[in-house]
Amino acid sequence: MDESGDGPVVVIEVAGLTRRFGSFTAVDGIDMRIRRGSVHGFLGPNGSGKTTAIRMMCGLMEPSAGTVQVLGHSLPRGVEEVRRRVGYMTQRFSLYEDLSIAENLTFLCRIHGFGRRARRERIGEVVEQFRLEDLIDMRVGPMSGGQKRRIALAAAVLTDPELLILDEPTSEVDPNTRGEMWEHFFQLAHQGKTLLLSTHLMDEAERCHHLTVMNRGRVVADGTVADLKDSFEPKVLRVEGRDVTALVPRIAAFDGVLQINQVATRLRVLVAAGASGVEQQIRGLGDAVTAVDEVEPSIEDVFVLNTRQEARAE
Amino acid sequence: MTRRLSPARVAAVCVKEVMQLRRDRLTFAMVVMIPLMQLLMFGYSINTKIRHIPIAVCDHAASSFSRQLAQDVQASQVVRIDRQVSDPSRLEEMVRNGEVSAGLFIPHDCEHRYYAANGQPIAQLLVDGSDTVLASALKSLGHFPFVPGDVVPMVRDPGNLAVTLLYNPSQRSELNTIPGLLGLILTMTMVMFTAVAIVRERERGNMELLIATPVQTVELMAGKLVPYVLIGLLQMSIILWLGWMLFQVPVAGSWLLLVGCCLVFIFANLALGLLLSTIARTQMGAIQLFIFLFLPSILLSGFMFPYQGMPELAQHLAEVLPMTHFMRIVRAVVLRDAALAGLAGDLGYLGGFFVVAMALAIFRFKKRLD
Repeated sequence: MDESGDGPVVVIEVAGLTRRFGSFTAVDGIDMRIRRGSVHGFLGPNGSGKTTAIRMMCGLMEPSAGTVQVLGHSLPRGVEEVRRRVGYMTQRFSLYEDLSIAENLTFLCRIHGFGRRARRERIGEVVEQFRLEDLIDMRVGPMSGGQKRRIALAAAVLTDPELLILDEPTSEVDPNTRGEMWEHFFQLAHQGKTLLLSTHLMDEAERCHHLTVMNRGRVVADGTVADLKDSFEPKVLRVEGRDVTALVPRIAAFDGVLQINQVATRLRVLVAAGASGVEQQIRGLGDAVTAVDEVEPSIEDVFVLNTRQEARAE
Repeated sequence: MTRRLSPARVAAVCVKEVMQLRRDRLTFAMVVMIPLMQLLMFGYSINTKIRHIPIAVCDHAASSFSRQLAQDVQASQVVRIDRQVSDPSRLEEMVRNGEVSAGLFIPHDCEHRYYAANGQPIAQLLVDGSDTVLASALKSLGHFPFVPGDVVPMVRDPGNLAVTLLYNPSQRSELNTIPGLLGLILTMTMVMFTAVAIVRERERGNMELLIATPVQTVELMAGKLVPYVLIGLLQMSIILWLGWMLFQVPVAGSWLLLVGCCLVFIFANLALGLLLSTIARTQMGAIQLFIFLFLPSILLSGFMFPYQGMPELAQHLAEVLPMTHFMRIVRAVVLRDAALAGLAGDLGYLGGFFVVAMALAIFRFKKRLD
């Protein structure tokens, strides 16, 4: 592991990580490295094994095979130390719904051994940071999804951990709160914290420093957003025309067409790298097609192509 | 993971539990309502059933001793002397005809038999066995020693008198029922509350948060136990106070001993509940497990049916249940003013039960999700 002044540069290192539930393999030999100070996105369709992988990194589950090193401690041996230094936000809301925000945060502070003064100070800080002042003495149960996410994030950063592991932190959150939460994420990264967060929102994926895409328990793509786009081999064609929906089956019949997505009145057609004639063939469809342009691949293209049904079947 | 235990973390879990409990109106109401309702229901229903059963007396001695005997039997309030007859065969006839529920025959040498203490019955109670509840109420009279005029101290084993002579100068069934209720209610609430305590955190998703914190298993368990110990003591006070207010059940023995015994029993039940909580996967499952154990506790512990009357297999089963041991302890302390030495066996079992159940619960509880 390479070292720098601020401790190891790699805060999570996972090798050959595997988890089986009976005959089902949820996580199948994944390797990951998460670097200090980065916002690391963890992408994958539902059921691709993200949550299981995250739980193993938090020491909540034991791997069936493979190794996990978190903050220089290998799990499960160093699990207690890791629990003290990692902030974990669960996918399902896991604070006590029958307690108020203040009571929940006080409970967590006490579990982490904060004294009375430190407790008051730190709770005051996070409550202000996440704009929870007005809600502080209200019971958490009836609050909205967005409010609960903010509370859960406040609870995760409560102990000022150097590593935050957030399992779908922005699901069920409206766009405004989502934007606000991303500001927090980058601020925390700026302070030198590391964030591993899972998501299946493509606009969020584009914002991450580094991405790992999982499908069917395996890592199918890994790199910076730019790397992933650069190394994306298929061409992306944007097709405009009248009634593009009717064109879909005709374009799909051409050799080399991997995927067609309709975006409003346009089609995004992914074409295999070797198939050069497709652009011509589409133009040849006549009046129905008004324009065909080659465009930059998006992370969504990377994601979709790597997690398609065919990719799952292998 | 042999880190030092932190009292602060135990306290944190405690405070959290108490706050949640306060919010949970239903559970909170149950803390008070269960003892209240059970006490009134059992206390009054059993109370009315066994009072003032009509009997006839055939007194062949006609001495002051025999009159005292008949009077003492009536003083129990279980029976009421309805008729006096001279012919013993008439007694049998009246019982058979249903004119009275029982007939008391006092032979002419009853006083001599009493002081001879050679195991001879001093009188005979002919009981109508067709109503089992009634019969058992009458039969239960025989378990208490007769003390003529309440002046002679009891000098021998009351068993000598038990078989055919069925009387009891001061017996009222509440005396048996209410201390028993203490065991029943503590079993019910203590086991049930803790049986859902851990599985609830799992079901509501709090467990994932909790195990991602540095809280240790022992700290979590201890923090969950303490509030319920206090609730158990509160329930104990309610039952004994109401028992005394409504049914005049005094506590013959030492209060300190009683509270001590209750504490041991409370701990044993809480540990059992925690153990169930580590076995069940849902709150519903925990409740089912609880009922599975609670029914035998009612039926086999001696609360409803006398332990001595049960078949051997049932007795062995009963021995496993904490409530059986507590039933013996509490009746001994409340009614017979028993000393600690006489309770050591049952108390020891309860203590051992707590240790084993707690150890199993801690062993079974994994600070992991899988």
